[in-house]
Amino acid sequence: MKPRTWIILLVVLAVAALAGLALGPVSLAPGTVWHALFGDGDANAVAIVRVLRLPRIALGVVIGAGLGMSGAALQATLRNPLAEPYLLGVSGGAAVGAVIAVALHFTSLAVLPIAAFAGAAFAVTLVLLVARAAGARGDPRVLLMAGVVVGAFANAAVMVLLAGAPAETVRGALWWMMGSLSDATWQGTRWVAVYVIAGGALLLALSREIELLALGEDPAAALGVDVERATRRVYLAASLVAAVTVAGAGLVGFVGLVVPSIVRALGARSVRSVMLGAAIAGGALVVAADVVARTARAPAELPLGAVTALIGVPFFLSRLRRMT
Amino acid sequence: MIKFDDVVLRYPRAARAAVNGVSLVAPRGAITAIVGPNGSGKSTLVRALLGRIAPERGGVSLDDVRLETLTRREAARRVALVPQREEPAFPLVVRDFIGLGRYAFGGVWSGETPADRAAIEHASNRAGVSEFLQRRTTDLSGGEWQRVRIARALAQGGDALVLDEPTAFLDVAHEMGVFELLDTLAREGRAVLLVSHQLNLVARFATRIALLHNGALAAFGSPAEVMRGDLLEKVYEWPLVVSRDPAVGAPVLVPLRHRAPRSTQ
Repeated sequence: MKPRTWIILLVVLAVAALAGLALGPVSLAPGTVWHALFGDGDANAVAIVRVLRLPRIALGVVIGAGLGMSGAALQATLRNPLAEPYLLGVSGGAAVGAVIAVALHFTSLAVLPIAAFAGAAFAVTLVLLVARAAGARGDPRVLLMAGVVVGAFANAAVMVLLAGAPAETVRGALWWMMGSLSDATWQGTRWVAVYVIAGGALLLALSREIELLALGEDPAAALGVDVERATRRVYLAASLVAAVTVAGAGLVGFVGLVVPSIVRALGARSVRSVMLGAAIAGGALVVAADVVARTARAPAELPLGAVTALIGVPFFLSRLRRMT
Repeated sequence: MIKFDDVVLRYPRAARAAVNGVSLVAPRGAITAIVGPNGSGKSTLVRALLGRIAPERGGVSLDDVRLETLTRREAARRVALVPQREEPAFPLVVRDFIGLGRYAFGGVWSGETPADRAAIEHASNRAGVSEFLQRRTTDLSGGEWQRVRIARALAQGGDALVLDEPTAFLDVAHEMGVFELLDTLAREGRAVLLVSHQLNLVARFATRIALLHNGALAAFGSPAEVMRGDLLEKVYEWPLVVSRDPAVGAPVLVPLRHRAPRSTQ
């Protein structure tokens, strides 16, 4: 990707973040936002910007970056432009892990990602086993189907786990299942960022292997990749990143699908630059989608996952049309 | 040198071994060909070289080092392999695609070294793909694509080169171009192992031919020894004759028709 394109991506992210700070139930002028960021001006504006909106935007950037990277890695490894953590059931598995942890009263965002990761790793293993049982481990379509099925099963499992819980808990859980940044705090965002950066670094370290796996298993093996081991590592790292986003903001689908395609269309060639570009563009997309979620039907707030699905599903269909 | 020693290969849950006790050697400085009907075990032998299927009996060795004692990276530095089918999930620029051949030499974060660049340039020149290094893999013709894949294998280095049906879908000129290139590479001292359905070309270019039939070796010898009408007719289960090409002097297989052709008058 040209340096100019990187700059454009970063500018888009900055604009989305600025819009996120300025827009909402109370709209603030850019100048007010700027002063409030440094603690100057109206006390109310300072509180809205620094306490309510800034952590929310920070969480959105981290979540979007994680989803973008995870999607980019999975698409290349599975050789499938439709792959992404939500459609592969990875996010659903993470949700089950997180709900179990919450039911056991582990609610800290230091611990929650670990439970979500356990659920995601279980889901991804299950998806691979289902695909293998179907006799087509290498067939991306079968994998995607297995992912959707495991995702549906995970949804059902969450519902079963929630049965009998107090109504307030159920409502909160359902809201979270639709994806939301509304519970963002600095403390939580910090933990999510730590895990996303760790998982993202793992994925970047695997980018050469991912590049070769995108050629197919036999070519990758011919060029020196231990296919089984590399594939396992990519799945685990991508699951970790996706699981952390679920722990932080619930199920936000389709970001991992849309963003890598956009970055590739902008000219990113190597897997490493697609992943880095998807991290930036993913952050921008989630922050922008969150602005829409907060303002489209204000004062009511839309679920973030609903907004990304409204963007992602038409995109998915157009991709599917082109594929077949 | 690539050596298969009494190799038995069986896919999981398969009743019959896909390869049953095959021994053959592909020495340096020559093209060794593996031929045989569809399903005779040719590609399974290649998969064994990739470490994708472990021998139930016997072993594969590269220059007398057993394959299973090498890591995938070490094996890739000794033998470069062009698999039968390959379709990148996302289009790549040819130069980058050839550069992937250097994977086995790089570290996790190391970029392209001067040695990598030299190997890529040399390989591109050898395979005759230097003019379209900046094109995308999706914009190449069938012949260009095969040459680019061979270029990547050359960038990989190594003294052994394995190709699984490198001339499938190629027209006569491109097919001959690939065979001529392989011939040159073999003369330079590489061990070239070639899986092919092009019996007539193999008979002209290969030093030795291994004929597989139902996973076993039906014959392994010089083209004159393997290109026998009775033998090939039995293995391919089709009536045919083998004659001698008057122009080049090599044995030529001519498949016959079951029924006499209709009169054209």
